Amino acid sequence: MDLNVLIVDDSAAIRKILVRVLSQTDLPIKQVLEASDGAEALKIVAANDVSLILSDINMPNVDGLELLTQLRGSPKWKDLSVVMITTEGSQAKVLEAVQLGAKGYVRKPFTAEQIKEKVLACLNIPA
Amino acid sequence: MDQEQIMSIVSRAAKDVFGTMLGLEIEMGASFIEKTSPPESQKVVALIGLAGQWIGTGVVGCTPDFACRIASLMLMAEYPAVNEDVLDAMAEMANMIFGSVKTELEEHLGALGLSIPTVIFGRNFATRSVGQQAWTVFPLKAGADEMELKFCLMPNRDFQMSPRALRAHPMVVETA
Repeated sequence: MDLNVLIVDDSAAIRKILVRVLSQTDLPIKQVLEASDGAEALKIVAANDVSLILSDINMPNVDGLELLTQLRGSPKWKDLSVVMITTEGSQAKVLEAVQLGAKGYVRKPFTAEQIKEKVLACLNIPA
Repeated sequence: MDQEQIMSIVSRAAKDVFGTMLGLEIEMGASFIEKTSPPESQKVVALIGLAGQWIGTGVVGCTPDFACRIASLMLMAEYPAVNEDVLDAMAEMANMIFGSVKTELEEHLGALGLSIPTVIFGRNFATRSVGQQAWTVFPLKAGADEMELKFCLMPNRDFQMSPRALRAHPMVVETA
């Protein structure tokens, strides 16, 4: 199973960190794709066979929760695994993301281990 | 909320971000109130806004050299001079520090939103908040490098909660 992972964050710094963290895992990653907001992410999802999305919440244009809403509204992408990686730590936002079907939630600042753990759990791969 | 509570929240957030993302131990200095900001000689400054029942601004500012050190530690690459990556790393520092501050403040002040950060790099500029609000300045040291975190917060008299925020708020029960 070769994975196409999509990283969605308006911060190029965070995208770089996540690309590095993913490269340090033993996951069979075929391609890491990047988007700077939810609108760009939706275009990439439509054009690629994406297996996992790591997404921020606070982004311009289409934010992470709107991205989740649009994915869950599509029969093709409703089961796509999405992990939210965000500074948003309020109970209301976490609850909203979970209700919208996020399979994991990591708060910034994060360690590489936290990201690896969530990704493996999300893909049902034993650590 | 009093000054000590805010100092404790900002200090905790800064230590967490520096420790987790950069592996740097920091030492917080004594906070002070600044009514007018002196012109900066040469600095990298990242600003981020908070809005909700309270409104405010958080600022992260340091020398270009320290900004380059932060980017190098965060992105594990060498940055001898300020470039796009360094500015982006500083924006993310502001986002993470004041994002954590926002989360803690929400327990006391209700739901708050966070803006997209803005970064300024230059010399001989001054930052100030419109109105009479003073900044609380939180100096910190990481070895020989110094940084200033600044924060101002005031009640938002024009606040109205959006329907989406109302639905998401755990304390709000929708009725038919």
